[in-house]
Amino acid sequence: MTMVEAINKGLHDAMSDDERILVFGEDVSTQGGVFRVTDGLLKAFGEDRCFDTPVAESAIIGICVGLALRGFVPVPEIQFDGFAYPAFDQIVSHVAKYRLRTRGQIGMPVTVRIPSFGGIGAAEHHSESTETYWIHTAGLKVVTPSTPSDAYWLLRHAIADPDPVIYLEPKRRYWGRDVVNTSEVGPPIGRAGVCRAGDDVTVLTYGGLVDTALSTSELAADQNGWSLEVVDLRSLSPLDFDTVAESVRKTGRCVIMHEGARTMGFGAELAARIQEELFYELEAPVLRATGFDTPYPPARLEKLWLPGPDRLLDCVQGVMELP
Amino acid sequence: MDGDLAVPALLRLRGTKEGTLAQISGDVEHDPIALIKPDGTPTAEDRYSRDLPDETLRWMYEFMVITRELDGEFINLQRQGELALYPSCLGQEAAQIGAAACLRKTDWLFPQYRELGVFLLRGIPPSHVGAAWRGNWHGGLEFTSKRCAPMSIPIGTHALHAVGSAMASQRLNDDAVSVAFIGDGATSEGDVHEAMNFAAVFASPCIFYVQNNHWAISLPVEKQLAAPSIAHKALGYGMPGIRVDGNDVLACFAVMAEAADRARRGGGPTLIEAVTYRMGAHTTSDDPTRYRGHDELDRWARLDPISRYRTYLQNQGIWSERFEERIAARSKRLRTELRDAVFGAPDGDVTEVFDTVYAEITPTLTKQRNQLVAELAEDV
Repeated sequence: MTMVEAINKGLHDAMSDDERILVFGEDVSTQGGVFRVTDGLLKAFGEDRCFDTPVAESAIIGICVGLALRGFVPVPEIQFDGFAYPAFDQIVSHVAKYRLRTRGQIGMPVTVRIPSFGGIGAAEHHSESTETYWIHTAGLKVVTPSTPSDAYWLLRHAIADPDPVIYLEPKRRYWGRDVVNTSEVGPPIGRAGVCRAGDDVTVLTYGGLVDTALSTSELAADQNGWSLEVVDLRSLSPLDFDTVAESVRKTGRCVIMHEGARTMGFGAELAARIQEELFYELEAPVLRATGFDTPYPPARLEKLWLPGPDRLLDCVQGVMELP
Repeated sequence: MDGDLAVPALLRLRGTKEGTLAQISGDVEHDPIALIKPDGTPTAEDRYSRDLPDETLRWMYEFMVITRELDGEFINLQRQGELALYPSCLGQEAAQIGAAACLRKTDWLFPQYRELGVFLLRGIPPSHVGAAWRGNWHGGLEFTSKRCAPMSIPIGTHALHAVGSAMASQRLNDDAVSVAFIGDGATSEGDVHEAMNFAAVFASPCIFYVQNNHWAISLPVEKQLAAPSIAHKALGYGMPGIRVDGNDVLACFAVMAEAADRARRGGGPTLIEAVTYRMGAHTTSDDPTRYRGHDELDRWARLDPISRYRTYLQNQGIWSERFEERIAARSKRLRTELRDAVFGAPDGDVTEVFDTVYAEITPTLTKQRNQLVAELAEDV
């Protein structure tokens, strides 16, 4: 099934298992979501549990606090990454802080689904990388799947989690297919996955760029004989640094790849932590293949702007061929 | 243009179970509903009842006095360096006690931070309020066990939490109402707009109780909005709007009871504007002499909610010297208890800020927690 279908199935299965789960947002019920991720939920669970809201993102998140306080498990959708910003205050000031504010007594089991990142030729505000805002916010968990299988299980884990989870859906992989095994539980939040073993360079990435890193690894092997190990971080917060460290110890070289702007992107934190904890294991500086410190470009230019095989290979070359 | 079609369309969207076209499109009365005049005699208002049991009438008076007494004690404690900050509710006792007194213990309250009277009436210990202002913990202690959300410092954002709670009641099929306590300043916030719109669209059992105390720190209400009144805004959302004399405890009780009853019966939200006055500073850090004069204060002092209500009770033969003495004794005891609880209260354990971020502490936080514990061990 496609990633859209996997997330849809995840929602469906979770709602079947737990009647406290509510799905709501803009165009999610009758329309089934602009990407059809919530298709069929209205019919299956009725308008009390799957409902459209007025166009107001702060309210979509704000009502989660009251619903969660009263025992519900909200799974709101923010229609596109760029429209999460109006909800920023509710997420950062309330959803993330409520457990601490109540001395651990009241948790916010809210899963905020956000179709995210670029690469689909969308209009302005529809291709943003928002992850660092959430990772920087204590109290939130942040996950992003790279395959339909992982999308299904990460969503199930996110909804079952007693704390708020920001679930970033890589739009450009929405229509990719794989076999989703819904009977064998997938890895939990807080665990990264090595999706290609290699000896020379560790590539740390997540979301829509995992596929890019994997195909680039084949190129690197064929063209240059470089052996890349690709780590899909999956869970950006909490971060599975053990898996990162194990890989970097083995290869001694690391390249980080993400779409978001370079300055203070997640790569900055990863590189800082790697040099703090693994300095003497490193054969080369940690390099970053990222987006640039500009607003996201117009759709016709995004292919030039986004990190792809070329930018990744340049970095790999940089760590493999030190002067 | 189809001007006359606009209102029926709004009604249909609203999904309200109550309310005629005339109510929705009709006027909000600009003169606040009042049951007791400033001189303590009854007004001519006959749409609302003053007929409450003597016990209830005395109980409200007692809590108004206790609220004022403890409010004064909180200010003292701040002046003595025992509290970091305190936002006084002096002058707003009727607005708070009247509104909270008519509610049930099963109703959910979503306060801002100036609602001492509401907290006391809910049975929240004064020291649990003080813990927030001393800086022991955010939001106050154990508020939610009394069905009251923690104090919320950002202005108006909690109105959405009240709507979420009201939407929960609709799904739980209970008859609890959720009340957002906000101020005149909050009505300018986008979240309050979104909250009122959501509540009206979903016909949720939510009451927006605005204490218009005329000042948002230094900004007078005239500069906060251009609408004829805060209550008038209700029309735009498609819900009833009511202005009430916020210094008249019986009127506040009556309009809140009416709104709560409507909400319980599925009639949707109400916007209440309680017209009152913040007699004190915004907080103990504020100096109101920079932006307002004595004339205004003197005028509002003559409209004091407690002395007015005392005169009313005296005229009704419900008040006695002995009753007043008993309240004074209880107030004194509560002030002493508050001082004992707050004065020199020990700080908590700093590791608790690591342990309460998530249900289960993360590896990174464990590391940082250990780092701090080690730092502190070195200091000893």
